[in-house]
Amino acid sequence: MSTEARVGHFPAVDWEGGAFPYRVGHRKLGMWLFIVSDSLTFSALLMGYSYLRASNVWPTPFPFYPSIVFSSVMTFCLLSSSLTMVFGVSASSKGDKAKARKWILATIFFGVAFIVLHLIEWQHLLHEGLRPFYLPEHWVQVFTSNGVPPSPLFGATFFAITGLHMFHVATGAVYLGVVAARVNKLKHEDVEISGLYWHFVDLVWMFVFPLIYIMSVDVGGHLAAAAH
Amino acid sequence: MSDHGAHAEEHFAGSNKLFISIWVWLLVLTLLEIFLAYRPMAIHFMLTILLGLSLIKAALIMAYFMHLKFERLSLILTLIPALVVCILLLFVFFPDSFRSLGLRYQYKEAPPVAPAPLEEP
Repeated sequence: MSTEARVGHFPAVDWEGGAFPYRVGHRKLGMWLFIVSDSLTFSALLMGYSYLRASNVWPTPFPFYPSIVFSSVMTFCLLSSSLTMVFGVSASSKGDKAKARKWILATIFFGVAFIVLHLIEWQHLLHEGLRPFYLPEHWVQVFTSNGVPPSPLFGATFFAITGLHMFHVATGAVYLGVVAARVNKLKHEDVEISGLYWHFVDLVWMFVFPLIYIMSVDVGGHLAAAAH
Repeated sequence: MSDHGAHAEEHFAGSNKLFISIWVWLLVLTLLEIFLAYRPMAIHFMLTILLGLSLIKAALIMAYFMHLKFERLSLILTLIPALVVCILLLFVFFPDSFRSLGLRYQYKEAPPVAPAPLEEP
């Protein structure tokens, strides 16, 4: 403990190691390292998507309703879930376990709402005929450019990236459920660590939403026009 | 346990008012992105603006919600620069992506023209 105290008083010795160089517990450091590696997973997927998009004719099929309305409401759900989570961690830091549990349950609610809305949005696209390795026939007709058909890998990138993200949200909801159930036994730092994971899931969506949805909006309404 | 609580409180800085204002900022930036989606502009320009906004949002989430602003500088320096460098290294693939676009579609519009032969001295 004396090392800990000494490090606290002399920032200049940060890089000399010691027992407690980051002033966070080993669990929290572990979660941060996991978050760094998981952000590389998502970076690689988004980079693969960008690679394919830059080397192909790419469809831009998302209409304002349902796709953009749904994805915007989903973004609102995730951002709000981050706010309720931070309230929960704040309550936990003051030792108010009951309030912390209440806010964590609100976070789970928003997370589940996100998943439900996302599955409905998936259902719309599946119903239109989008599959991981096939485009709907009318998409191919509308988005063919200079005689070159659009890439059928649109579905692969879309379902892979949003699917992996949805899996993270689902995992986070289960994780937070365990934390909410055991909040009286857990230390404050453990609650804070679950918050880190949840905010990370929110953070990833801040890149998925613009790159997958906003960049693929059917601005001229070409699909709707072709349907009539 | 009360000792632990005091210890934690010291480390969890930031008021609820601050967190609500961050949440409002994130919502405003998201609405701006949706608005931009319907503005006619070149795709490179749009991509640059959207990624810029995303980076601002990511920074706000990490700094305040994930509490990194209130952590020790050594933790931030350990985590962030290495991550940024690794992500930037992934951009090494893009020249190949543009090249394969050219390989795939270069003869669709007009037949290739043979370069003029060099004059022999």
